[in-house]
Amino acid sequence: MNIKQSFKMAVKSLQSSKMRSFLTMLGIIIGVASVIILVSLVNGLSDDITSNLQSAGTNTINVMIIGRGGNRSFDAEDMEALVDDNPEYFTAYSPGVSAQITAKNGTVSVDTSATAVGEAYAGIQGLEVEAGRFIGYIDVERMQKVCVIGSYIAEELFDGAVYEGSTVKINGASFTVIGVMEETADSVQGSSDDVIYLPWTTGTRLAGNASIGRWSLQARDVKDIDRAIEVAEQKLFLIFGSEDSYRVSSMSQMIEMLNEITGTMALVLVGIAGISLVVGGIGIMNIMLVSVTERTREIGIRKALGARRRAIMSQFVIEAASTSAAGGVIGIIVGVALAFVAGRILDMTVVPSFSAVLIAFGVSVAIGMIFGYYPAGKAAKLNPIDALRYE
Amino acid sequence: MTGGRKSAEGQPLIRLRDIHKVYPMGDDELHALDGVSLEIEKNDFVAIIGQSGSGKSTCMNIIGCLDVPTSGEYFLEGRDVSRMDEDEQAAARNRTLGFIFQQYNLIPKLTALENVELPLIYRGLHERERRELARQSLERVGLGEKARNLPSQLSGGQQQRVSIARALVGNPSIILADEPTGALDSRTGAEVLDFLARLNEEGNTVILITHDMGVAGRARRVVSLSDGRIVSDVRGRAGEGAAGAAAGCGA
Repeated sequence: MNIKQSFKMAVKSLQSSKMRSFLTMLGIIIGVASVIILVSLVNGLSDDITSNLQSAGTNTINVMIIGRGGNRSFDAEDMEALVDDNPEYFTAYSPGVSAQITAKNGTVSVDTSATAVGEAYAGIQGLEVEAGRFIGYIDVERMQKVCVIGSYIAEELFDGAVYEGSTVKINGASFTVIGVMEETADSVQGSSDDVIYLPWTTGTRLAGNASIGRWSLQARDVKDIDRAIEVAEQKLFLIFGSEDSYRVSSMSQMIEMLNEITGTMALVLVGIAGISLVVGGIGIMNIMLVSVTERTREIGIRKALGARRRAIMSQFVIEAASTSAAGGVIGIIVGVALAFVAGRILDMTVVPSFSAVLIAFGVSVAIGMIFGYYPAGKAAKLNPIDALRYE
Repeated sequence: MTGGRKSAEGQPLIRLRDIHKVYPMGDDELHALDGVSLEIEKNDFVAIIGQSGSGKSTCMNIIGCLDVPTSGEYFLEGRDVSRMDEDEQAAARNRTLGFIFQQYNLIPKLTALENVELPLIYRGLHERERRELARQSLERVGLGEKARNLPSQLSGGQQQRVSIARALVGNPSIILADEPTGALDSRTGAEVLDFLARLNEEGNTVILITHDMGVAGRARRVVSLSDGRIVSDVRGRAGEGAAGAAAGCGA
């Protein structure tokens, strides 16, 4: 008996008792649907985070100087030399040191972080200015007391109404507001909108001529980012003579790490959902055993007409696999639909993966075959005379 | 047909030699067949008759390769069935035997045509060839236009004709009919018997198992079983039989 014939028989017996078939499939439907939903949501989450990080620029390299107080330090000239000497790897650099400060406008005050930056900072980090302008070369060069404020600060200190020449008192010193940043995180306290940018020269002076511990570098090409990191590390090693004094990392490394974390998370969740697939498989086995008993006479007739063991075996295995596969297909449809509904409700991006759909289908067919094997074997072993006489 | 090829020249189609079949019944043993020897030639029409418990069903199961004897030898077309494994027996049933059962034994979910196709499916024929042969076989029993009906949509007589079509479709060496009229009224029963007689006249070997002397009378040769032994072996309608009269007699 060929597979096509077995498959036709399987479809026939599925159709002959629709309610039973549906209940049999339910375990597989739920299992497959939950796997699809979880994978879609975790995929969406990871895509959201990745695109957030990517908007900050995947070609950004962060340099942290840890070892201070040694006989040498790393200053702006060193960084400029690094970028100028390796134009094939680097396009821009900027300090990016943050400090906690208190900003005041009249009687209103807010505790926030001030970041001392160079003119290239906005470009490197992918930041946009909503109104006015960002810190410029001249501001850095002349240690201007100017600042660019985040949308949260604009809201808190100025009620959103920032005018040309508005000033802000930072730790007592008066700064002219030259720009307001575009909102990126709903203007929530502690978010990336809760920030004030200063020219780094002004910033370090405000902090008592502290040396700069954090830098952002822009790599020319994401593809060469690993090589660029090496070049930066070589330079830093030459200066400090120890690998412990600095740390160089890239945004793409962070994205990689994050993907690893979400990947593990997805695996754990899918594993849990997979348990219901096994339960569904047991349901199929149960019904197949009942079906073999009910169809003992049919099996006897088939054997009398010349069906070999293998033919009976394959008929029942294929029937179990078809039941399970049909459940898998319904589960995929339900899963994708529910994932989009859940995404809408939870305001999350939903990314159903094609490979997850394929794997879910494959797994459900496999489960049908595995759990159909025992009942099919039972059917194949029936003695034809006993089976024919069975009432 | 391969069955014919395997039949050695001069060999009877069926040869049973001292067949015993013993069923354990608790501490006791039931001797369903107690030394049956029987030869059946090609193109014969044999009735095996006996009361219930006479061993005729066991005899038919053994002839039909559905069961193996406890001892004794069974040669079907010269091949020793008692030495075959389960799959070889299945192949022998498929190629050599056409079964007609009392309860028709059609598969209720399949149409008449699909039921008739079954033996050909297990023979591994392709769909188009199968369809064509099954249709021809249904037309032969006069049910060509009922091909798409389910068994439940057919009368008892029609269902039995479908099962005859199924028995014939593989062009077997032997038609084995187990009480083919048992579930039918006398008129339809007579039609079925006429049909079997015609098949025999067309050159088929027919073996009929029955408890009804009236039914058995249609055969050319009547073998009576009682308590697992052959008690008489009579050739009726003498002179019609093409086959030789050679027949082993039980005690």
